[in-house]
Amino acid sequence: MVSPKQDIRIGFYVCHCGHNIASMVDCPAVAEYVGQLPGVVLSRDYKYMCSDPGQELIQKDIAEFDLNRVVVASCSPLLHEHTFRNAVAAGGLNPFLFHMVNIREHDSWVHTDRQEATAKAKGLARAAIVRVAHAKSLPVKKVPIHPDVLVVGGGIAGIHAALTLANAGKKVFLVEREPSIGGHMARFDKTFPTLDCAACILTPKMSEVGAHPNITLWSYSDVVKMDGYVGNYTVTVRRQPRYINEELCTGCQECIGNCIYKEPKFPDEFNEGLGKRKPVYISFPQATPQVVLIDPEVCLNFRHGVLTDKCKKTCVEACGDRKAIDFTQKVETREIKVGTIIVATGFKPFDVKRIPQYGYGSYPNVYTALEVERLVNASGPTSGDVILRDGRHPQAIAIIHCVGSRDKKTNRWCSRVCCMYSMKLAHLLKEHTGAEIYNFYIDIRAPGKGYEEFYDKLNEEGVHFIRGRVGEVTDWAMTPEEEGKLVIRVEDTLAGFVRRIPVDMVVLATGLEPQADSQDVRRLFNMSCGTEGFFLERHPKLAPVNTFTDGIFIAGCCQGPRDIPDTVAQAGAAAAEAMVLIDKGYIEQEPNTAYIQPDCSGCKSCIPLCPYTAIAFDATTQKAVINEALCKGCGTCVAACPSGSIGQNLFEDDEIFSEIDGLLTN
Amino acid sequence: MSELTSLPKADWTPRIVAFFCNWCTYTAADLAGVSRLKYAPNVRVIRLMCSGRVDPQFVLDALRRGADGVLIGGCHPGDCHYVEGNYKMLRRFQLLHRMLRDMGVAEQRVRLEWISAAEGERVKFVINEMTAQIKALGPLNLPQKFENWDREVIELARHVRQQEEISGVTMPTPAEKEAVHV
Amino acid sequence: MKYSYFPGCSLKGLGRAYEESLLPVMKHLGVELQELDDWNCCGATAYMAVDEAKACVLAARNLALAERSGNPQIMAPCAACYLVLNKTKHYFHDYPAMKATIDRALAAVGLTYAGDTPVRHPLDILLNDVGIEAIKQKVVRPLQGLKVASYYGCQIVRPYATFDDQNNPTSMDRLLEALGATVVRYPLKTKCCGGSLTGTVPEAGIRMVYILLNEARKRGADCLATVCPLCQFNLDAYHAQVRAEYGDVIVPTVYFTQLMGLAFGLPAKQLGLHRAAVPFRWRPAPPEAPQVAAVAAALGSI
Repeated sequence: MVSPKQDIRIGFYVCHCGHNIASMVDCPAVAEYVGQLPGVVLSRDYKYMCSDPGQELIQKDIAEFDLNRVVVASCSPLLHEHTFRNAVAAGGLNPFLFHMVNIREHDSWVHTDRQEATAKAKGLARAAIVRVAHAKSLPVKKVPIHPDVLVVGGGIAGIHAALTLANAGKKVFLVEREPSIGGHMARFDKTFPTLDCAACILTPKMSEVGAHPNITLWSYSDVVKMDGYVGNYTVTVRRQPRYINEELCTGCQECIGNCIYKEPKFPDEFNEGLGKRKPVYISFPQATPQVVLIDPEVCLNFRHGVLTDKCKKTCVEACGDRKAIDFTQKVETREIKVGTIIVATGFKPFDVKRIPQYGYGSYPNVYTALEVERLVNASGPTSGDVILRDGRHPQAIAIIHCVGSRDKKTNRWCSRVCCMYSMKLAHLLKEHTGAEIYNFYIDIRAPGKGYEEFYDKLNEEGVHFIRGRVGEVTDWAMTPEEEGKLVIRVEDTLAGFVRRIPVDMVVLATGLEPQADSQDVRRLFNMSCGTEGFFLERHPKLAPVNTFTDGIFIAGCCQGPRDIPDTVAQAGAAAAEAMVLIDKGYIEQEPNTAYIQPDCSGCKSCIPLCPYTAIAFDATTQKAVINEALCKGCGTCVAACPSGSIGQNLFEDDEIFSEIDGLLTN
Repeated sequence: MSELTSLPKADWTPRIVAFFCNWCTYTAADLAGVSRLKYAPNVRVIRLMCSGRVDPQFVLDALRRGADGVLIGGCHPGDCHYVEGNYKMLRRFQLLHRMLRDMGVAEQRVRLEWISAAEGERVKFVINEMTAQIKALGPLNLPQKFENWDREVIELARHVRQQEEISGVTMPTPAEKEAVHV
Repeated sequence: MKYSYFPGCSLKGLGRAYEESLLPVMKHLGVELQELDDWNCCGATAYMAVDEAKACVLAARNLALAERSGNPQIMAPCAACYLVLNKTKHYFHDYPAMKATIDRALAAVGLTYAGDTPVRHPLDILLNDVGIEAIKQKVVRPLQGLKVASYYGCQIVRPYATFDDQNNPTSMDRLLEALGATVVRYPLKTKCCGGSLTGTVPEAGIRMVYILLNEARKRGADCLATVCPLCQFNLDAYHAQVRAEYGDVIVPTVYFTQLMGLAFGLPAKQLGLHRAAVPFRWRPAPPEAPQVAAVAAALGSI
């Protein structure tokens, strides 16, 4: 073992973390063992090192025992390294003369033998003691934060985050892929459990976004590239052509009335294809921005998206002097600079065709929940009249819960909102049709303010709840009453027998899934995904809107299924986190950059390795130089340098070699 | 070349040094902890920012100091926090593997794994599998081997000198100190 | 393409028509079959419930014989055989105790089983090895106008969905469409045929038979096509009992291989069609006379 220099004075602390560590690791034994290692002048065990008294202990000891290195063995450095560095700094030492040992996540929580776990803790601590002797004082690296923010996704999460920031005086770019903001919420009829109309509470927020001087709204656009680092992101946004000049369009919609197509003919995306629209259209009456768009796939002035200019262009005539229609528009890209980014890209409803036994696509009267939202909506395709695809009014309706949720064959997670929205739809359908409503559920999950009460209310309204996962929806009849009906075959697990229930309409309560392109978006913004494909938060409890990349935050269903109140709360939190950075003006970064040492031979091997082009060749000195501002500290060049002439702060070769040594010395 | 291993002592258990990247595999190991997954206590993790920082010398040094195995963990291809550090590691790893094979170190002893931040289960699986495999292989005991090899080389040099004395022809020999491992 | 052919007891007995149609059809498509030498009972699904270990050992002997034969891919046309062989293979891999039992039993008769034998159903082989296109090319008498309800039964897709969807299998549908037939929508395609209930609890079994026949009739099917000897037997042999209980529902049930044989122009008499209780007759519509078409075309061009 390398013997430490004479002047190294290490203080060592092992944390019990209540019982979390102490129940599996003999902390006093670890402290005693480390206490006799060379260079260690002080070794303590303590119940909670991260507590105020724990941190004060470090500060006091630094002064009293003239410590110049500190090692804490506790939880993961990803959780508390920051805390202890601050404590060390408060004690008057450079914060980087500190090393942390992970004996909780990597030891006490994952092992079952106290002796082995204690031995492992000793080994890890020993390695840190040997390593910390090589630690150097380093300056704190500060990065300025550009005050502008990009919000990706214009659903309720993106809208709320953008407004919060804009109202605080920050400049916000809001990018939305669809022609209008509003997301899924704009398509809902009512919201549970209060039954207030979704449009009534969303529309004012949407218009506020459209009119806000601090918000630049780019709908029908998506982010294609992101470069840079926290505080200094350069983002490329692609704007799809609407064939309408947004500045000139007044939203009068006369073009729509005068389109060469007299009647709407094409499936209307906003109404889930239940209604029809023209080639020139506006997604829905409250669409923001209030700007129409032209679908080149079906417009007669195009053929398969290519401009032919063969239509009479009655729309252009109708637009007249406003001259807002521009058939020559092309895809545009814009580059913006922002300091922080909030990703709120939402979810995708489960594809019900993956469960063929529920008959969606084979039986016309099987609907998805989102289709029913439109069907019961007063501004929907049927003006709120529940008419089935075969023209009938339903007398009995089945709502099947957990379609694509809590199922090992599709998605294992609970989608959290389906129980509540199913009950909301049950209420609305009963109100609209007077039909008998049957809910088929596994468990009713109503954990929210007023949610359980809503369930009680539904029971009182006479809505039926049958506990059992539906086996199939079919149309084979066993009795004359079943002829021409859809039959639900289900095991009623409370009654204990298999039932057949004939209905006219089936509603599938589809679960929530990550967006189809969530993996691409994740890569774009350098985030991680959980196994199910939702974006991964930095910490499930303590950093729920942060990601592993500084300055990038997440909000809403892109992080996991949640309802509107939770989404709005999370969006506010993400906006606040962004403002913390903006108002502070800078962020302290790990000073883990690489640097060139004088013995560089100028072989240039390192230059092509750097993905950030931080390394250049200086012709006068014939040596490589590293631009510290561009270096992100991965250390790839350090490992590759054939002459060992590149160092990396915090991860020096001698630090790592001594850690290896410490791990393997008995 | 097959491994020549001495019989393990009764109380021997493998010692494995791991180099985990900060963003994916280290976080996955934290997740395994938070999820209270249980795995073999034989792995000691060294945290690096990126698997691209893993200098092959780290691996060799760990083996030379008595590790029975080395595990390197990085982000999945395409997911590197630093764009492509994991690819750099992969290239180095292939060269390193060839070299280790020539040294007679079994393939299972040095392993490169892509484990994302969400794959706590994978950390458990890999560590358990690797520990079991190395247990079956027995101790590597590279320091002892180095001594044996050094002795062989010195013996060989002595033999060559004897031959020279008999034949009268002098062969250029490497300095003896070069044969000794530092 | 060469496979070990495991007929099982049915195809040599009650389900003889299946073998009689399967073998010429496969030969016609150039699929080589080598009947497994010295095969024994598959283990049988019913016996599984009585003594799982013995059933698996019986099945494993057949798998071991296939491995030894040099044609390790084993084709099991009977749905029950297919399931038991498949299940044994899964158990062999999933449960160490079962593997030990099987190893011990096979060792006693000097056999070994490595666990790699692919267990294949003829439908699987036809769709994935032979291919729809190759089958289409052999069709000389397309089954135009014939409406078929394709009925898979419970065993070939459950619990192991090896080659088709568990809840909505479509392989036979695609095959029959390639022969020129019209496949009617038949949501009962994987429902129970009554199984052995037709013998043990007739009221339940006959009811199931009735539902299957009645729904096929309601959907306009000329016949049911099946892949399983027991399904064929149940749906074919109990028409009298169904009539007594529920009234007349007459729908013939044929093996899909019989329909293939007809479409390939093989002589109907050699396809075992005469063995069914409810006769299936199929006369293709007379082809449009080529002269008529030529005249029509000529008139059109004037």
